[in-house]
Amino acid sequence: MTEIRCIQVAINEQPQTAEVPTRMLLSDFLRYTVGLTGTHVGCEHGVCGCCTVLLNGDAVRSCLLFAVQADGAEVTTVESLTREGSLHPLQAAFRQEHALQCGFCTAGFLMTLIPFLRENPRPSASEIREAVSGNLCRCTGYVNIIRAVQSYVALSRNSP
Amino acid sequence: MTTRWFGDRVPRNEDQRLLTGQGRFVDDISPSNALHAAVLRSPVGHARLLRIDTAAARALPGVEAVWTAEDLGDALRPSPLVVPHDSLTHGRTQYPLATDSVEYVGQPIAFVVAADRYVAEDACDLIEVEYEALPAVVDLEAAVAPDAPLVHPDVPENVAAHLVQSVGNVEEAFRRADHVIEERLVLERGAGQPMECRAVTALFDPVEEVLTVYDTTQAPLSIRNGLAVLLGLSENQVRVVAPDVGGGFGVKIMMFYAEEVLVPLAAVRLGRPVKWTEDRREHLIASNHERGQIHWASLAATNEGVILGVSDRFLHDTGAYTPYGIIVPIITATQLPGPYRVPNYHSDATVVYTNKVPVTPYRGAGRPHACFVMERLMDRLADRLDIDRVEIRRRNFIQPHEFPWDVGLTFQDGRPTRYDSGNYPEGLDRLLEALDYEGFRREQAEARLAGRRLGIGIAAYVEGTGIGPYEGAHVRIDGTAKRVVVSTCVGTQGQGHETAFAQIVADELGVEPSEVRITTGDSRAMNWGSGTYASRSAVVTGNAIGAAARVVRQKAQSVASGLFEASPDDIELEWGRVGVKGSPQHSLSLWDVAVVANPIRYAYGDQASEAMQLMKTRDGAALESGEAPGLEAREYFAPDRATWASGAHGAIVEVDADTGSPVILRYVAVHDCGRVINPTIVEGQIHGGVAQGIGGSFYERLVFDEEAQPLSSTFMDYLIPTSMEVPDIETVHVETPSTLNPLGIKGAGEAGVIPVAAVMASALEDALSEYDVRVNQMPLSPSDIRDLIRLGTDVIGSQPG
Repeated sequence: MTEIRCIQVAINEQPQTAEVPTRMLLSDFLRYTVGLTGTHVGCEHGVCGCCTVLLNGDAVRSCLLFAVQADGAEVTTVESLTREGSLHPLQAAFRQEHALQCGFCTAGFLMTLIPFLRENPRPSASEIREAVSGNLCRCTGYVNIIRAVQSYVALSRNSP
Repeated sequence: MTTRWFGDRVPRNEDQRLLTGQGRFVDDISPSNALHAAVLRSPVGHARLLRIDTAAARALPGVEAVWTAEDLGDALRPSPLVVPHDSLTHGRTQYPLATDSVEYVGQPIAFVVAADRYVAEDACDLIEVEYEALPAVVDLEAAVAPDAPLVHPDVPENVAAHLVQSVGNVEEAFRRADHVIEERLVLERGAGQPMECRAVTALFDPVEEVLTVYDTTQAPLSIRNGLAVLLGLSENQVRVVAPDVGGGFGVKIMMFYAEEVLVPLAAVRLGRPVKWTEDRREHLIASNHERGQIHWASLAATNEGVILGVSDRFLHDTGAYTPYGIIVPIITATQLPGPYRVPNYHSDATVVYTNKVPVTPYRGAGRPHACFVMERLMDRLADRLDIDRVEIRRRNFIQPHEFPWDVGLTFQDGRPTRYDSGNYPEGLDRLLEALDYEGFRREQAEARLAGRRLGIGIAAYVEGTGIGPYEGAHVRIDGTAKRVVVSTCVGTQGQGHETAFAQIVADELGVEPSEVRITTGDSRAMNWGSGTYASRSAVVTGNAIGAAARVVRQKAQSVASGLFEASPDDIELEWGRVGVKGSPQHSLSLWDVAVVANPIRYAYGDQASEAMQLMKTRDGAALESGEAPGLEAREYFAPDRATWASGAHGAIVEVDADTGSPVILRYVAVHDCGRVINPTIVEGQIHGGVAQGIGGSFYERLVFDEEAQPLSSTFMDYLIPTSMEVPDIETVHVETPSTLNPLGIKGAGEAGVIPVAAVMASALEDALSEYDVRVNQMPLSPSDIRDLIRLGTDVIGSQPG
């Protein structure tokens, strides 16, 4: 049988202690153990980007990490973006521009974009395209995802 | 009906939960105490099964069950042949688990249920299977050669079906032709690849004796009905729910995938919930594929470029089984004439077994193949006669005054292929205007001087959409919740049903779309219907919903007419109120009218109680014969036949002649899906379809080796286009209402993908005209394009047969 280890991890600013099998993926830990099912798994080999979460603020593929690798770290998932029921402005822009259809890949795009836009708050269209080029979407053809990010950037430029 | 909401860009009702991680996809549902399943799949393309030893797997701690075919009892039955056809003389469907042999890599052999998925996969590794290799049938042309090995020993020549359809006299047309074009044209295998793989979770309640199955299926009612038969339960004892589904594109409709039988069976037998989620490798090798045809097509024309006839012979790769009959090749055969007058047509389709995963419809479903063939022929004709590629199309389009246009063939629904309406010349004009076709020619010439190779490609298509048999809808005003509640059985996989359907209801009932709650894909919410496929939900379900909402409106008018002593015709529903026209003081909220419509004499809540005061005591029975309490209605819509959408796409592509790398500089899609419910949603559908078409043109290729081993089993090998490959896509709406349904709707779900390969082929040839390149197959990788440049002919190098 696989070894069990105790890990401590802050998930969306909530400290958690859990016993996990060493071979358990971080994505499975988040979804099945913690019950945060907003993080989705699309390929389990690190290509599609659906499972993207933040590990200590950086976008990572949670299907390529074991839960034990998150020991002592801060993990941030899509569930953290909404405050008191109101959408994060980037989420609102996604809704306004119809940047999601089935919604399965959406969390991965959002969690890729959050740190990108923090580092680069005024990206060009081509920089946006490059930023999300590691996230696959099969519904939108990316057209409205790019437009949503542009619209978010334009709005945040106008706000003080 | 007012049209305040129909046609409006209403943001979607479903977005809030999907954006915040609160969506409910099948794998998000984890009943407590659930067991997890894994499937042992064939690692070989064709073999006899000599021995399966599951002892070690059964002995592994945490394993609850290990099944092979012989453990399935009554459930060991081949899946039904969903769409029989006279031409399908040798249809074959598969058992949930392989019995004596395996016919493709990925075919399920054993099923393991264990404490978690990790242990279930460990147990799969412990199952020993002894195979006796059989020769594999891989190549489509080799499969029908006289000495070919057989996929099924009792199917001679590997031919499942031979379908011939004819219009007019094609031989005579070719005899009198000034010009005959002949081409061999190939579309390789591709697949839908929704971002969410398939998943099934089942739980059996022994008290209620109800089996609940959460399934990523596009057709929950069909699965419900089939499972009831298979498990010996009544239909009421099986509830199938397709909750949020992460994309479908056709691959999620099947009757049955093995796991759709095995997981519910395990839940019943083991008395515990059972959960199975496919991984991407499984999806790539073992969930159904599509495309995969070779055509030998010829076209006869006059010196003026007028089509006299088209003759097409093709091979269709159905893989190892025919679970969906011959729907895909029928669609190819019947849609090939496209938007053109083709007075004489002959189609000869041979459906061929190979040792590959079965082929069932994927977005487009045979149409991209048909469009590719016809549009390639049109480009060749233009080149032969030295007529512009635009002009050749204009000369052959069916004209707006010629509808309804009878193609003379029998469509997939068994009904005549008869186009109801359309305006193909206008669609082309709008495309050329958007592309600035003339201006581009100047730009192209200038670029050529600077050493850049730009090309323009255009293609036109038609699409039979919205086929029957029927769909139903139930609409009810929930006065307490202050909401309109609508139920329909069709599943939703991202098409925005919760919004588009709500817009239809909102107009009928004078409420806002956000006040309409749509339940889709739950067999308990609607007992009758078929499913989401063939670009039919908006057409068939949309009209059923419209009809039900109309009946509810009439009931509301009738109730209010009694309250306000006015004629029902003078009662209007607007802004959530029901009242007498021009007399605002005589009105009630729709919610209160719903409460009053239920004559039970008491109501909870201040507003409702107040409304009840208005009720007149009626002499005699509270309900007259035929009258029903409340504001609700159930209606159905059954279209006479398919309604025909159409469009024209164009692209400007730059090719780097040194690397063979294509870059799409512009893409314009003009499309006509009749009256548009929500332009934003329709545009999204077009964008996604075009992106899939770009994948099928340049990136997505399912490769098999000579032993039928799939080599594209990860997303590192099967290349879904990313944001770097898909350009901004411009869309233009043309609206010629359907004449076959009250709302004038035509389907839009599949349209985007249909002409893309044809557009790209045309653009490549234009960009590389100096090399006299001929594009006769798709997809083309950069190295394929380099080969074209070097060789100047199609990559395969074969001549028309």
